[in-house]
Amino acid sequence: MAEYQNIFTQVQVQGPPEMGMDNENNMAAERMLQPFYSKLVGWIGNAQIGPIYLGWTGMVSAATFILCMNIIGINMLAQVNWSIPEFLRQGFWLALEPPSPEYGLRMPPLQDGGWYIIASFLLLVSVCTWWLRTYLLAEQHKMGKHVAWAFASAIWLFLVLGLFRPILMGSWSEAVPYGIFPHLDWTTAFSIRYGNLYYNPFHCLSIVFLYGSVLLFAMHGATILAVTRFGGDRELEQIVDRGTATERAALFWRWTMGFNATMEGIHRWAWWFAVLTPITGGIGILLTGTVVDNWFIWAQEHNFAPMYDGSYGYENYGSYEAFIGREE
Amino acid sequence: MLPDWFSKWNRENPTDVERPAIIFGAVGVAVIAVIALIVLGQPFATASLQTGPRGTGMEVVEFKSDLAKPDPTIELFLSSTSDPVVPTGSEQTAGAARENVPPGLENLTIENYDRLLAAMRAWTGIPDLFDDAESYQTAVGHVMITMTRNINENWDGHVNANKEVGVTCFTCHRGEPVPSEVWFKATPVSKATEGWSAVQNRTTPLSSFTSLPSDALETFLLDYGTIGVHDFESRVAGIPGKDDYPGIQHAERTYALMNYVANSLGVNCTFCHNTRAFYDGSQVTPQWGTESLGIQMVQEINNEYLVPLEGLLPEERLGPVHQDAPKAACKTCHKGYQQPLQGTNVIGDWPELATSEAPEYGN
Repeated sequence: MAEYQNIFTQVQVQGPPEMGMDNENNMAAERMLQPFYSKLVGWIGNAQIGPIYLGWTGMVSAATFILCMNIIGINMLAQVNWSIPEFLRQGFWLALEPPSPEYGLRMPPLQDGGWYIIASFLLLVSVCTWWLRTYLLAEQHKMGKHVAWAFASAIWLFLVLGLFRPILMGSWSEAVPYGIFPHLDWTTAFSIRYGNLYYNPFHCLSIVFLYGSVLLFAMHGATILAVTRFGGDRELEQIVDRGTATERAALFWRWTMGFNATMEGIHRWAWWFAVLTPITGGIGILLTGTVVDNWFIWAQEHNFAPMYDGSYGYENYGSYEAFIGREE
Repeated sequence: MLPDWFSKWNRENPTDVERPAIIFGAVGVAVIAVIALIVLGQPFATASLQTGPRGTGMEVVEFKSDLAKPDPTIELFLSSTSDPVVPTGSEQTAGAARENVPPGLENLTIENYDRLLAAMRAWTGIPDLFDDAESYQTAVGHVMITMTRNINENWDGHVNANKEVGVTCFTCHRGEPVPSEVWFKATPVSKATEGWSAVQNRTTPLSSFTSLPSDALETFLLDYGTIGVHDFESRVAGIPGKDDYPGIQHAERTYALMNYVANSLGVNCTFCHNTRAFYDGSQVTPQWGTESLGIQMVQEINNEYLVPLEGLLPEERLGPVHQDAPKAACKTCHKGYQQPLQGTNVIGDWPELATSEAPEYGN
């Protein structure tokens, strides 16, 4: 009974490493790293590690990413006077911040956002070459480009936050800082500055798709695990040759809520929900400060910010003295 | 170790003991926990003070165990205060009978002056206060008396917003020569950076140990910075940082100030604001108005009274970074309570500090 209620993969297969295709593109020659097995990794995925394809896109992407991360890390280290203990202690507080507002779209001095611009440019190159890599590898394998386009939707949000919107606003200071707590500070301040992002309809849509993605993923994962004993985890076969696993899963959902996806359709649901999360979110961010500057007032103008009945101030509901138990 | 017949019997009669053990164990623990909760009550019970329309989540929440403990310094104050002695008109004045009487107190009767001096010494924890005319403490004390009277006289709207409470030396000092929760300028927090990068992302008391900017108190409570985060129309054109178009940085700095205020008063955003529209004057509580007056009061306290102390104070009393004078802010008086000393009236017994005019003893 407990077999399918495990967080780890129950069946691990280890044998001669699977080397994959070697077709007219000379694919195997470009793959490096002697494959090996890891039992630990096998618990959560495929136990075989490698070989890996690097290629020129991978090289550029990895190099620029490492450079970018080093710039961010060394900047943080400089801010705590090169003290490793302080770097560790205040690590979550430290950040590489965008330039001060007075520089607009000009190149600021290195110590006031210049390093940020350089790191951002390197990150841009890194992310874009990594996207190209997903596209080219899919092409090599004669696959659809679904992974590349899904990744592109995330890159859209990334570009809106760090490139498109700052340019439209006329200042790099609008970009997001690179730091754990500081980027959360930015998120709060951004929402408050523009009059409460919760009243931005595209933010609403993004939340719907985000939470929807979570729900769909849980439903799908649970369904497939539940019918694995009937071969349901062989999803691709089940798409073209529906078996008892598919039948049971379909009937379960149809009889539970009157509607069911198909073995193929559930993956379209999941893909679109995931992809629409950053697409709608990016639209919402792009409109903020460029088209709408106060979302709460915008919501009032469009009649969906209700007013509440009742008074403001605790005097109307009780007294401070009663609250602290010091009534005269 | 175990007798053979026992092991043999066990082999021949395999029984699943784990399953019932887990089930009975889990059910048993749950039953005991439920009974304990019902009999002993919620161990972390809270009480809420509603501050706005229902449905908006506007409230201040406290643990009942915290509410049951009064501010311990209230007792300290009550033991140091004394009833004023109503003058009959024939007493000697302090100026004539005593030495080193601080300016403004000369016309008090001896009885009331001695009473006040004893109290001020207890409040500030300086046993020989005003004994030595040459001491810097005497010079500072003169300024402080003027400041206290000014606060009581001219900042009634903040100090006595709810009822007469007033302020005395004790409101800040609480028996210590240097009041707790004073602050010094701390920016830049890093030598390696400049501008926006140099004022934040460091665990300082000024940022309440968040990564928010550490220059918020300096900007808003010393340099008369304007709190203006939002646009009041749905669309306002502008470039951040230019022509009064507020940038995100301004919002973040304001957030640092607000976070400081909330921590100083032991409240949260919804004590003053309906958080769906922070800026909207029609959706704030009366406490928002009290707080706005408080900000202006602190600006005056710092600029008129405390910053000028820089020349009087010895080096060890000055700030570690800029050698600046210690400054006041919300927490210097409030110490984490909505009302300092939980709304204890500290001025009732001390008409001498309530006004710069002749004190009114109710005669």
